[in-house]
Amino acid sequence: MTSVLYAMWLRQLKRYWRSKPRIIGALGQPLLFLVALGFGFGPIFEKAGGGNYIAFLAPGIIAMSILFTAMFAGIEVIWDRQFGFLKETLVAPVPRWKIMLGRTLGGATVAMLQGIVVLAICMLIGFSPQSLLMLPLAFLFMFLLALLFTAFGTGLASMLDDMQAFPIIMNFLVMPIFFLSGALFPIESLPEPVKTITLLDPLTYAVDGLRGSLSGTSQIGIIPDLAIVSALSLIALAAGSWLFSKIQV
Amino acid sequence: MPGHSSIISVKGLSKQFGGFKAVDGISFEVRAGEIFAFLGPNGAGKTTTIKMLTTLLDPTAGNIEVDGAPISEKDRVRSSFGIVFQDPSLDDELTAYENMEFHGVLYGIERNAIKERSARMLKLVDLWERKDDLVKTFSGGMKRRLEIARAFIHEPKILYLDEPTIGLDPQTRNHLWDFVKKLNRENGMTVFFTTHYMEEAEKAADRVAIIDHGKIKMIGTSAQIRKFAKAKSLEEAFLKITGRDMREEEASGVEEMRMHRRLWGR
Repeated sequence: MTSVLYAMWLRQLKRYWRSKPRIIGALGQPLLFLVALGFGFGPIFEKAGGGNYIAFLAPGIIAMSILFTAMFAGIEVIWDRQFGFLKETLVAPVPRWKIMLGRTLGGATVAMLQGIVVLAICMLIGFSPQSLLMLPLAFLFMFLLALLFTAFGTGLASMLDDMQAFPIIMNFLVMPIFFLSGALFPIESLPEPVKTITLLDPLTYAVDGLRGSLSGTSQIGIIPDLAIVSALSLIALAAGSWLFSKIQV
Repeated sequence: MPGHSSIISVKGLSKQFGGFKAVDGISFEVRAGEIFAFLGPNGAGKTTTIKMLTTLLDPTAGNIEVDGAPISEKDRVRSSFGIVFQDPSLDDELTAYENMEFHGVLYGIERNAIKERSARMLKLVDLWERKDDLVKTFSGGMKRRLEIARAFIHEPKILYLDEPTIGLDPQTRNHLWDFVKKLNRENGMTVFFTTHYMEEAEKAADRVAIIDHGKIKMIGTSAQIRKFAKAKSLEEAFLKITGRDMREEEASGVEEMRMHRRLWGR
């Protein structure tokens, strides 16, 4: 029965690969952030004693591209509902959690690949990871981050039944998650209330862990980051597959 | 030939959405190997019933048994049927063949069997030449044919067809029915379909249930129904039984707009 997981996984990859505008769009945005913010704020950041801003920013931008791609992959459930394909998977004699797990792993793989491409772009622009030995750890953070938000998006989309919800989710959920995560600025010197909010944002821990393993500057600590992101991924997977199994059409 | 043991058995089935009773305490049996039609005007509860029979919707009340299993044993029930939905349920971004393959894997069919059956079915519905094209390049009729081909990969005991010929030209429609009847004759596959086309029910079905306002008004062969209603045709009988007032489905915004355009504009 692993073949069902594989089939769902492969479908997500094929869909991604065949939609070239989506790939280009998904790469354009992080590139824009990287160039505009990296070169725009870089000199100020350095003058303020923050060190190399590209080294600080790159992990945040990688996390951003994974967040967006993963959420989008999760939310695709709404598309499948609208275009009918969801029903095909719902009447199949396969436990629903397997369907959910397969498509979530597929979406997470796509998001992680996207993150790796952004990492490569960052390296072209002048970012260099502090140590190659830490790269596997960085990939682990990228994968957990991708899994967390694909599962979250899938669970969310399981409760919604029309496309109108999509821009609302993007504007009122994904954007705040990104901007309040410490992807763009250090969180330690933030005013207390804002800092509290960032510490409630799951992305903060993924960004921090990624930054720790890529640039060697973690503010929370890699071990707690890893524990929190892993735990949240498992919770999102469990909740997401429960919500998915409750879908009625 | 239709046997006498029932393969679908429904007792007191109801579905309520808020204050609206879409299906209101219906009971019926479908015999193994027969072609059974659910005939009713728009919004009569046909699709809601099919959704409950195929585990997509949980009933508010009542019992369903499919191929000897209660509807609560979902995976057992799910492996016994194939369904062609009213609206497409294909993945547009995959090719015709990939859609077939995907279906085969979902139903746990072995690799070689998937290959062999996909080839046979795609040839049968005249799509073999297009098997490597993305489904999004297909016309409505081609998609419908592909869905029908797909439903046969796991050789189901029961085939559900929800308004299978809506939007198809007469050629494709005839083709489809010849094909469904052939499978019914040769494999003894039970067919349950919904329609609001009288002649379709009259020509294809062994027995017909007339459903309206969520209730079954009458079940029998079309000859029996005509005789009972003292009508010359099934259509006349149908109108006598269900009345002449027009039905409204809950229209979406877009449909309402189209309606206004039809009424006021040109």
